[in-house]
Amino acid sequence: MSTKASAAPRAVKPPLGRRIRRDFRKNWKLYLLFVPILVYFIIFKYAPMFGLSISFLDYRPARGIAGSRFVGLQHFRSFFSDPYFFRLLRNTITISLCTLIFSFPSAILLAIMINELQSRRLSRTVQTISYIPHFISTVVICGIIRQLVGRTGGITMLLSTLFGMEPTNMLLEPGYFIPIYIGTDIWQSIGWNSIVYLSALTSIDQELYEAARVDGANKWNQLVHVTIPCLVPTIIIMFILKVGKMFDVGYEKIMLLYNPLTYETADVINTYVYRRGMEQQQWSYSTAVGLFNSVVCFSLVFFTNYITRRANGNSLW
Amino acid sequence: MSTIHAKETNRNRIKIPLGERIFYAADSVLLILICVIILIPLIHVVAGSFSDGNKYMAHVGLLFWPLDFNLDAYRAVMQNHNIWTGYLNTLFIVVVGTTLNIIFSLVAAYVLSRRAYMLKRFFNLLVVFSMYFSGGMIPFFLVVRGVGLYNSIWSLILPALINVFNLVIVRTAMEGVPDSLEESAELDGAGHLTILFRIITPLIKPTVAVICLYYAVAHWNSWFNAMLFIKKRSMYPLQMILREIIILNDLAASSTGDEAFFMSETIKFATIIVATVPILCVYPFIQKYFVKGIMVGAVKG
Repeated sequence: MSTKASAAPRAVKPPLGRRIRRDFRKNWKLYLLFVPILVYFIIFKYAPMFGLSISFLDYRPARGIAGSRFVGLQHFRSFFSDPYFFRLLRNTITISLCTLIFSFPSAILLAIMINELQSRRLSRTVQTISYIPHFISTVVICGIIRQLVGRTGGITMLLSTLFGMEPTNMLLEPGYFIPIYIGTDIWQSIGWNSIVYLSALTSIDQELYEAARVDGANKWNQLVHVTIPCLVPTIIIMFILKVGKMFDVGYEKIMLLYNPLTYETADVINTYVYRRGMEQQQWSYSTAVGLFNSVVCFSLVFFTNYITRRANGNSLW
Repeated sequence: MSTIHAKETNRNRIKIPLGERIFYAADSVLLILICVIILIPLIHVVAGSFSDGNKYMAHVGLLFWPLDFNLDAYRAVMQNHNIWTGYLNTLFIVVVGTTLNIIFSLVAAYVLSRRAYMLKRFFNLLVVFSMYFSGGMIPFFLVVRGVGLYNSIWSLILPALINVFNLVIVRTAMEGVPDSLEESAELDGAGHLTILFRIITPLIKPTVAVICLYYAVAHWNSWFNAMLFIKKRSMYPLQMILREIIILNDLAASSTGDEAFFMSETIKFATIIVATVPILCVYPFIQKYFVKGIMVGAVKG
């Protein structure tokens, strides 16, 4: 069994059987405590992973997994030749790259700016205010977005007076979808994501700044040569986590904002999985698409982790 | 009350050069501007919810102050019984769900953080792996339906029993508790549950408070699982009702013309306020613990 294998002893010591018995006699209460947890993980985390096998079947709920026909890679092949394949891939990558390019650094910038504030009271206020959107539900956020970018919405009006844009319902225009998504993503997450950097910043040794100042460094030099280098380890960890989530773009938000008119720029892999699976009941096909997504996600985490570890020794594991 | 304070630097310096003074001023101004931008949409919603419906429709652009202050929209919300059933369902989910979340997370973190036992590495691997790889939406749906939770309010509680990220936060906090405390309790004959709930939990209260907030907010705000699993409207949580009112209604309105749209605009805002204010009221109290929770989770994830 894999359980025993992974816990196998490194040194010689007493035989495995006896060690297991002794371990169990000593720790059986602990194991008993873990049984409900194990049950939870098996049912709700690992059973779905096992359920991924239906992507190789022609799954019919009535017949169950055992009774469904095995079709091999057929669903994957039809996904790769799906007319929407490239569109889904392109949108997924574009949206997540845009969050990486815009949302990710914005939080770092905010943290640095807050850290430079001289007034404690202002610093506290800025933090409190910037965290608020994080606590508002996706449904409400999307409701507000719909109001603001509608034909007579506040943002539409602002843009039309500033740039002479023709006032339309921006959510019906494919070209506006990604800017709306990214802009509101920054609005929602900038404060919350900055917390991690802020706390890294406050732990920087003040003597480093003193020393820099003695050497004649001005504010800008201090920023470039002290603040940023001290932030790099945190940035790298957050970056790996972010890249790992790349293919997991906020589909809940997209589902509340998109409509058939904007599928061209808004439809991502996960929303497609939902439509094909939940709305059209193509269980096997949508699971295959989902599996593709999960595998890409997982490899991305590994890959970035590997690269950053090779590059400078910062990594998740 | 708040989280991270600006370092009290420069106290002993005599004069600040002009360049730096400009830098600090620009920094403050920019941050205030950012705060204003963050608040504008929220102000719009609050102002809209206290406005007169017809006046609002005639208005174009952002609102900073209610148009013709009145409470009609709130009155309409009060009369909508769907919102109240949604509220009750959500309250049930938040209270029962969060309680179970905390118990399960504490027990799991306790076992995972215990000193050497044979399956420790395996258990930890099992838990952390599920953070990086998952079965995805469809198998998850099929499993939850398969265990008979379809159309049951428990489908919103049991599958979300443990959030691995939160679990890792608790585990790390527990690893920080000195072993000697547990050992001396063991010598006194205390069982695992006594050690966990009487000795360790009180020591990591701030962490428990943070994940309590995380779980509660997640329950309060979640709608996607409800969309997957709940078909009976009487069991809809608040967010599903909200979705009907502010999103689907809007979709229907924009495809059929503006009639339905017309009357309900300010009501939508009032609904948003009613559904959002409770959760916003909780967070300032726990704000001071955020940093700790987030740091641990991020670094040890």
